[in-house]
Amino acid sequence: MSEPIISIRNVTKEFSGGVKAVDNVSIDIEQNEFFALLGPSGCGKTTLLRMISGLETPTSGQIFIGGEDMAFTPPNLRPTNMVFQSYAVFPHMTVEQNVAYGLKVTGVAPDEIKRRVAEALEMVKLSHLAARKPDQMSGGQRQRVALARALVKRPKVLLLDEPLSALDAKLRDDMRLELTRLQETVGITFIIVTHDQDEALSMASRIAVMNKGGVAQIATPADLYEQPKTKFVADFIGKVNLLDAAILRQNTKTISCNTKVLGKFDIDTDKTCGSEATIAIRPEKLKLTVKKPIGAKLVCKPAIIKDVAYYGDTSHVIADVDGVMLEVNVQNDSRTGGAGVERGQKIFVSFNPHDALVLTE
Amino acid sequence: MRAALKPGQGPLDYARRPWIIALFAAVLVFLYAPIASLIAFSFNVDKSGVWHGFTFLNYVKAWHNDQVFYALINSITIALISTFFSTIFGAMTALTLWRFRFPMKHVYENFVALPIVVPEICMGISLSMFFSYTGMMSAVRDWIWPLNLINIIFAHIAFSFPFVAVVVRSRLVGFNRQLEEASKDLGASELQTFINVLVPFMMPALVAGALLAFTLSLDDFVITLFSSGPGSVTFPVKIYGMVKRGVDMQINAASTVLIVITLAATLLAMKMLGPGKPAH
Amino acid sequence: MDDWKDFRRVFWTLASPGTVWMLVFFIIPMAFLFVLSFSSKAVVDGETSTTAYNYFSTLGNYVAAGGENYLILLWRAIWTSALATAICLALAYPLAMAVCFAPARWRPLLLLLLILPFWINLLIRTYALYSIFRSTGVVNQTLGVLGLGPFEMLNNTTAVVMGLVYVYLPFMVLPLYSTIEKLDRSFLEASLDLGATQATTFLRVTWPLTLPGIITGIILVFIPCLGTFLTSDILGGPNNWNIGNAIQNQFLEANNWPFGAALSFILVYATSIALLLQWLVARRSKGVDA
Repeated sequence: MSEPIISIRNVTKEFSGGVKAVDNVSIDIEQNEFFALLGPSGCGKTTLLRMISGLETPTSGQIFIGGEDMAFTPPNLRPTNMVFQSYAVFPHMTVEQNVAYGLKVTGVAPDEIKRRVAEALEMVKLSHLAARKPDQMSGGQRQRVALARALVKRPKVLLLDEPLSALDAKLRDDMRLELTRLQETVGITFIIVTHDQDEALSMASRIAVMNKGGVAQIATPADLYEQPKTKFVADFIGKVNLLDAAILRQNTKTISCNTKVLGKFDIDTDKTCGSEATIAIRPEKLKLTVKKPIGAKLVCKPAIIKDVAYYGDTSHVIADVDGVMLEVNVQNDSRTGGAGVERGQKIFVSFNPHDALVLTE
Repeated sequence: MRAALKPGQGPLDYARRPWIIALFAAVLVFLYAPIASLIAFSFNVDKSGVWHGFTFLNYVKAWHNDQVFYALINSITIALISTFFSTIFGAMTALTLWRFRFPMKHVYENFVALPIVVPEICMGISLSMFFSYTGMMSAVRDWIWPLNLINIIFAHIAFSFPFVAVVVRSRLVGFNRQLEEASKDLGASELQTFINVLVPFMMPALVAGALLAFTLSLDDFVITLFSSGPGSVTFPVKIYGMVKRGVDMQINAASTVLIVITLAATLLAMKMLGPGKPAH
Repeated sequence: MDDWKDFRRVFWTLASPGTVWMLVFFIIPMAFLFVLSFSSKAVVDGETSTTAYNYFSTLGNYVAAGGENYLILLWRAIWTSALATAICLALAYPLAMAVCFAPARWRPLLLLLLILPFWINLLIRTYALYSIFRSTGVVNQTLGVLGLGPFEMLNNTTAVVMGLVYVYLPFMVLPLYSTIEKLDRSFLEASLDLGATQATTFLRVTWPLTLPGIITGIILVFIPCLGTFLTSDILGGPNNWNIGNAIQNQFLEANNWPFGAALSFILVYATSIALLLQWLVARRSKGVDA
């Protein structure tokens, strides 16, 4: 791989009062990536993005952009541009003036400004609204202006702060596709900040999950979902049943464990565990059957259905196994109506230990 | 050469720019040094600009100077009475403008704001002539205190209630009328709703407005000068007369007393408005 | 909002006190003053009366007020007010920015420090300035220790302008503060992010977006400065009279009320023009409401 376009090294940001918004974070972001910073609110993801843009500076650490340490370079001298959460489209300028602004203030020749602004507006499909003022536009249109305004500068990196959070559901889906398309077209590195796992999973090529100012895991969407490193990541990305387990025996590639709820079974893992670990099972990896299923490796327990929530394509079922509630997702693949189970029904919950994960942190 | 930011400092941290801090400090010195010096010299033994020793004598003299004393009493009385009425009138005007649609509303809005923009001195002399032509100026002269101050009180209400109206109205704009509906839905009458829902909501603005009216009244010199007949002297008018005759440390002493009273009232009112919330 | 016709009693109850008060103690007196400005003193029994007037008899008062002596006073009022307003703006803008961009817990205190003097009596503040800058005041005494002076720091236009700035600075800080406070910071951040320098950002984004507050501040300072009486009287002395002092003089000393009335209305006209300009500028600018 070539040199990373952005390299964040040991960056710490401490606010007055000693709160560390970002605590010793190191991330490398490659050329052309669609990179997502994902985490709950207050995890430091926005602060990190703002430090990349120069709107804030770290207390310590380095931020290399295109090979140069720019941790303390003012934002106007950085090759990054940002799409703000509130869009920050200047209300006293027309769409065209907004898009031209960044070129004008850096002394680009008028002819070139005209050409590039037209191109950028074309790209976000706003050419017909060039003369409009922002207060005559919808939220989605204003966001396109913000996008065009940033892209017209041809930055090395485009930063997007919660770009979809202010849009309604339908528009959000369109914009998600649009952003992916744009990123492929312009070939610029995108860094997006979001608290919405679906957004991150569906758009990003790699995701850094952040928690309490630190990076919990950096991985591709599929790896994050299937191979979460920590309980936090497993819990934050998608839904998961977490079970406390006592480790009975550690082998080279497997462990034997004992869970209060689901009993004893063996799981494949490379991890070395102490005497305790957490077993994570995704709801869709659990199966519900009326009869006890046949299969040597399957772990199976009787349960009582406590609740069924119908979601159209799936149903989310809460199954009570000896007083512990397990969440099970059932595909509604027949038209006969939902999961085919009802509240109070006695049933068997089973899963293949291959599909479970051992978490130690 | 690249302008670099300091670690931990963003490009918008203007409050930490040295030149702005220096300017801020300089302005504070400019604003407070004269007042501090006025207070300090109220304890000086003589009226020179040099410190010659500490004394309370100026305060004792001012206290026993009947004219200064009664002028101060007059001022405070006028301020209290006019504040009471200004607050009520202002709140009523604000409620009218907030609640109702009526013909020529825009004109009316500007009409009640006129005393805010018309130069004081014009309002002062017009009132002066009004009072002398209607005979009110001479009529009240022999009335019993505080009725002999009634012209000044009338004038003060006239120029302060529009300010109260502005303050209260800007608060009312943020009122959610569903609260009123909820109150009525729960069985409260129009009047009960007004007293239990709207008045508590307006309270911060009423306090702020009253404080503004009180200060404006206590502060006013120009309009009072013209609308006061002989014999009803207020504190600013009296001080003006003394200043015209030259510097006298009694002025400093009396001023210090007034500063303490107004600042105490201001801080008290701000505290009532809630912690960390300035009066505007 | 309710229609007044549906609640006539409530409407009239709420509207009456303010309306009546305004009519009796503002409109009628001002109307009378207006009439008087077109009047002359009546001659009764061969003597000029002190109480009777020939109403609407003359434009002479305005003609006299247009004379050089008085035009100078008006002109002086305008330019000293403009200068004081400009200085207030230049000082207050960075101060208001500093307060708005200070940590949230410092903001109320910093703002309070800037506007607290507003609550102190105007006359007392003017007197305080007078007493430290007079020839035997603290400033000159201090300079004297350094072997300088004493300088005559009062009775000149500079003293009047300084006094106006001193007195009206809080009026400029408040509207600027409330506008800048409401200004979404991401506008400034977006501008910097797009490559604009701090100066460019200020000129092209911050200033236009805070224009309504700036205009309010200018009006709040300029109008009272225009009619100022105390500051020019105490700090400026007779050679630095503004039109306000001339009006006072006509009423209390020269006893020429019709002429004073004309001067007053000239001041009212000047104020109206200032307000009209404000309205025109405000209508054209689009920014954060003050």
